[in-house]
Amino acid sequence: MMFNKLTREDFQKLESMLPGRVLDGKSINEDYYHDELGTAFGVPEVLVKVLSTEDVASVMKLAYERNIPVVVRGSGTGLVGGAVAINGGIMLDTSAMKKVIELDENNLTVTVQSGLLLMELAAYCDEHGYQYCPDPGEKSATIGGNISTNAGGMRAVKYGVTRDAVRAITAVLPTGEIMRFGSKVVKNSSGYDLKDLIIGSEGTLAVVTEATLKIIPKPEYAISILVPFSSMKDAISTVPKVIRAQVTPVAVEYMSQDVILFAEEYLGKKFPTHASDAYLLLTFDGNTREAVMHDMETIADLCLENDALDVFMIDTDERSASVWSARGAFLEAIKGSTDQMDECDVVVPRSKVADFILYTHQVAKEVGLRIPSFGHAGDGNLHIYLCRDGLEEKEWESRKDRAFKLMYDRAKEIGGLVSGEHGIGLDKRPYLLNMLGERQLELMRGIKNVFDPKGILNPGKVV
Amino acid sequence: MNILVCVKQVPGSSNVQVDEKTGLLIRPKKGNKLNPYDLYAIEASLELREKTGGAVKILTMGPPQAAEALEECLWMGCDEGFLITDRAFGGADVLATSYTISQGIRRTGSVDLIVCGKQTTDGDTAQVGAETAEHLGIPHLSNVTKILSVDKGWVTVEANQENMIVKESLRMPCLICMDSEINTPRLPSYRRKKALDGSLIHSLTLNDLEDKDSTHYGLKGSPTQVQKVFPPEKSTSRVMVEGSSEELAQKLNDLLADRKFI
Repeated sequence: MMFNKLTREDFQKLESMLPGRVLDGKSINEDYYHDELGTAFGVPEVLVKVLSTEDVASVMKLAYERNIPVVVRGSGTGLVGGAVAINGGIMLDTSAMKKVIELDENNLTVTVQSGLLLMELAAYCDEHGYQYCPDPGEKSATIGGNISTNAGGMRAVKYGVTRDAVRAITAVLPTGEIMRFGSKVVKNSSGYDLKDLIIGSEGTLAVVTEATLKIIPKPEYAISILVPFSSMKDAISTVPKVIRAQVTPVAVEYMSQDVILFAEEYLGKKFPTHASDAYLLLTFDGNTREAVMHDMETIADLCLENDALDVFMIDTDERSASVWSARGAFLEAIKGSTDQMDECDVVVPRSKVADFILYTHQVAKEVGLRIPSFGHAGDGNLHIYLCRDGLEEKEWESRKDRAFKLMYDRAKEIGGLVSGEHGIGLDKRPYLLNMLGERQLELMRGIKNVFDPKGILNPGKVV
Repeated sequence: MNILVCVKQVPGSSNVQVDEKTGLLIRPKKGNKLNPYDLYAIEASLELREKTGGAVKILTMGPPQAAEALEECLWMGCDEGFLITDRAFGGADVLATSYTISQGIRRTGSVDLIVCGKQTTDGDTAQVGAETAEHLGIPHLSNVTKILSVDKGWVTVEANQENMIVKESLRMPCLICMDSEINTPRLPSYRRKKALDGSLIHSLTLNDLEDKDSTHYGLKGSPTQVQKVFPPEKSTSRVMVEGSSEELAQKLNDLLADRKFI
């Protein structure tokens, strides 16, 4: 795909549309050249700080007319090179679009601009007695970023992922047309669901500028349990039994002692127990203490029947902080334990999680890389990290490619998929093709072509 | 070695609101919990027991439901609990509370070391520990950050005294108040919860204490008169700074320096 470079005239046009909010050259901070993981690199020709849907529409019109590529960026917390301007062009920075437009307490929705951070949305809902259910680990991501990757997070077991919580979106097509997809309605059987198609499309189909999100009255009580098992296999094999029990936990997380030790070092704070090498962390919520305790005790008993060494109760804010702060720091902690890392956000059927983690240990030995992992055991989504640990560039690339190939091949064999929540971006494209095959990718490209015939939106990503 | 930890049951939310018109506490929906500052004292005591052997007993004063706080300590690994409870103890100020606790401690058997938290999240006076020791006539030290050693009837500790860290040896029996954030308190065990019945918790009423004069306890024994309760003022003023990374760093430095934080 051949694109035009921005001319002086284009820059002036942008500047006249959005005075003082168009940056170029060295005035663009280098942070915009890469995302959180830093595996992909690209320098945007201009960075445009948009404040409204209309701003986005006017920029898109110009880009479409002039055939200039556009990459949308929220907080830049992505991990697969999705929001990186690998073809130069315009980078749309939505991070100042932070307005809460409407809280509709009768329909239980909140409508926000796409640059609002997840933590800001959570705080707003909390303040008004509500909860936005998806809970991805990166709280400084924007809601637009979450929508672009269909982010999941820890509460997916009970409440689903971002797609389950988005009722409607306002999006700008590559031509600059402003569209509203979906509505506040609960049911929808009205033709193809274009809203759901745009969710998870990683900025390749349209630019999401506003979202109407489903909220629920905030559960009054929550309690977590930390369950040590003598082995990872014992821990993970208990998960399907937990899911089968007549109790729905909010979260079911797996963590191993080695990753906990990284978090301790990173946070400079001890974890409350070192009873074992393998733990499950489960949360239950509800509106009465009795109901939540009943759920907790049902699963605690089940864990003990399945050879758990003990069950530790996390029932206050302080206890919750001591455990969940470590869980929340895993990514940064592993990052801090090495000079460079890459990640595999594979998702496999719940019944195969233990086998897959054991397989990563085998790959680590075979390839000669340290591969720590943790994951959402309740939904089969694992976060597996390949650590460079001082290897020479060439050797690192070669071992990394081999490890990825082995792991994605195994995931395919057992019915898994490339990404549970981080997306495909630039980095995971070869594995998507390998996993889904040419025909499915062709269908995806066909959809892309309908939305974006000139291919200017986030070119080179996903498909 | 016998260690006794004094604990308190407090409102479940540390951010208790006060009704501005009536001055009454708005009870949070979360119920009650063990005073978070006491958790550090329990952890330090359990770690000490692991080294020296012996027992960790816990004691609290409060209404009958305060036994829940003791149960939680047992689930964390403590050995035995004492609940000082009697209508006569209601409405106690710091003086009457510490006197009641000191009387209760005399009924818990032999004690070498009494350990308290730094303060409570509801009263926040940080005085009960020291006053209890005064009633018992034993040495005491606050803001203890580490228990270094126990040897021949002496305990050596490190304490954070505002501008310096001091190392002190106290002859036992003595009382120490542990600082906060000095360890990561262990979590209560569901396995222990299931295994224990209520037999490890003993109630102490006025009749069980040495001093049975009810005028020394509760409201009658409290010289403090509360005139008014009101919420603390909260400042929500914010300063927004803009600029490049270098400019922001400089402005932040200047702001902190102006306010004498650095």
